[in-house]
Amino acid sequence: MKNAFAVFKREFFSYFNSPVAYVILVIFLLVTQGFTFFFGNFLEAGDASLTQAFFMWHPWIYMVLAPAVGMKLWSEEHRLGTLELLMTMPISPWQSILGKFLAASAVWAIALFLTFPIVITVLYLGNPDPGPILSAYVASFMYAISCLAVTCAISAFTRSQVICFIISVALCLLLTLFGMQQVIEAIVKTLPSSMEGVVRFISYLCFLTHFSEMSKGLLVLRDLLYFVSVITICLMITSLALNSRRS
Amino acid sequence: MHKFVSYGVTFFKHYKNLMIQVDKLRKVFGSKVAVDNLSFNVKKGEVLGFLGPNGAGKSTTMRMVTGYFQPTAGNITIGGVNMLENPELAKRSIGYLPENAPLYPDMSVNGFLSFCAELRGLHGAAKSKAIDRVLEICFLGSVRNQSVDTLSKGYRHRTCLAQSILHDPEVLILDEPTDGLDPNQKHEVRALIKRMGENKAIIFSTHILEEVEAACSRAIIIDRGKIVADGTPDELKRRAPGADSVRVVIRGAGVRAELEKLSCVEKVEATSAEESSFAGRVLPKKNSSGVELTREIGELAVAKQWKVETIHREEGRLDDIFRSITRSDVAA
Repeated sequence: MKNAFAVFKREFFSYFNSPVAYVILVIFLLVTQGFTFFFGNFLEAGDASLTQAFFMWHPWIYMVLAPAVGMKLWSEEHRLGTLELLMTMPISPWQSILGKFLAASAVWAIALFLTFPIVITVLYLGNPDPGPILSAYVASFMYAISCLAVTCAISAFTRSQVICFIISVALCLLLTLFGMQQVIEAIVKTLPSSMEGVVRFISYLCFLTHFSEMSKGLLVLRDLLYFVSVITICLMITSLALNSRRS
Repeated sequence: MHKFVSYGVTFFKHYKNLMIQVDKLRKVFGSKVAVDNLSFNVKKGEVLGFLGPNGAGKSTTMRMVTGYFQPTAGNITIGGVNMLENPELAKRSIGYLPENAPLYPDMSVNGFLSFCAELRGLHGAAKSKAIDRVLEICFLGSVRNQSVDTLSKGYRHRTCLAQSILHDPEVLILDEPTDGLDPNQKHEVRALIKRMGENKAIIFSTHILEEVEAACSRAIIIDRGKIVADGTPDELKRRAPGADSVRVVIRGAGVRAELEKLSCVEKVEATSAEESSFAGRVLPKKNSSGVELTREIGELAVAKQWKVETIHREEGRLDDIFRSITRSDVAA
């Protein structure tokens, strides 16, 4: 655990030693607040749950910003050659994978924490139920780090951050779009009816389906477990990719 | 009984001192065989120079020994611990300087060394002591708080070297440790390797042949994944074409004919022969040596009252043996 912590510390500070973390935090806060007030009709809706006005936009923001945070995780190590250094240290590859992933996740934890003014605003203006807000925050965080895990896996395959970013954004976009009710209905309509089950099953495997459930205030173990398994699978792919580089 | 015990002790000492054992190592990338059936051992107190043309498999071998690459076949044992079965334990006793000395550019020298020390299990006072020690050994004291990306190449190289000796490892593996250094720094690093080699097992690879003579107690030449020569630098030099021959320039009459009569002369090659002088090379017989030959020529010259202008025994050069046994792709 000490080794994973050493990797975590290095990675975390490297985000804040460069402009990366600051730029992403500022953009994230501007975009979330902007969407809430200008497109989410936060003030006109008179809804104190935050679900529609605030959290609804998060998946679309993470789709772009999470890969921006995660793209350097392994591709940078490949490019600099420091992977060789890391992999010849007396630590297991899992300790470095976990340390790095948690460091990137911590950036998102900070980003989400910094959105607290909106919570204060609803507490001041209305009388919201704290349960759904908390559960939506958990959902939002899980969404962010799931996108991060996908990016982490992709970055283990390439030394180019640009390629990693583009592929990760595309994958996150797919995993979000296929969870949208409108998109699924459109696909079901065009395909033969025998395929409907398959389409609905694929849609069930997508991020957005589970996010919508959780952000409505239904903190179900099933959805939480879904995100945890997505992350586990992505980190296992990362480990396989790193091993294949070495064999 | 006593004899058996003493044999046992000798045997044990032998194996205790064997720090690196590489057995029938093989690495295949796709259809290309990078390392083919390589076996060698390195004892404690030995500095092994790894020589070979580009792409011979030096770096690949080192990457397998340090546990970065998984070998296709073969076995690696570091200080009695099998690298393939127990990599984390085996890696503990290794210090490694990878090719091109990779570093994290966003960290300071101190921060980088601190990170590496923590991965090596050094914390608190032990960590700061280890960092201070390597900063001094590698002359990095003046840049300890400087960011790595502002350092010159020599400093960056030494920072990565410092990382490899943080935990005072028993085995050191250095891939081109003097690459990109200026002549003074090269000299320092060579002296450092030689000094550390007294109580460690060290492998280092290089293109520079004089480096092998300066720092190694043994050298291996690799070509296309195979060992083509193994011995001390002196032994290797003796195998060079033209080694041990005697070059002479002598004024006198009938020198060539007289030289050919000597008992230990195999062959006399003239580069310029005139009536009253001779310049050329004299090769000793197999059972004789250059030293003996030089003495005989000297005695003969005194007896015949020749005027000797040059008499020089060729020691052989690593360059020549290197060129004669490694086939270069350019020539092929």
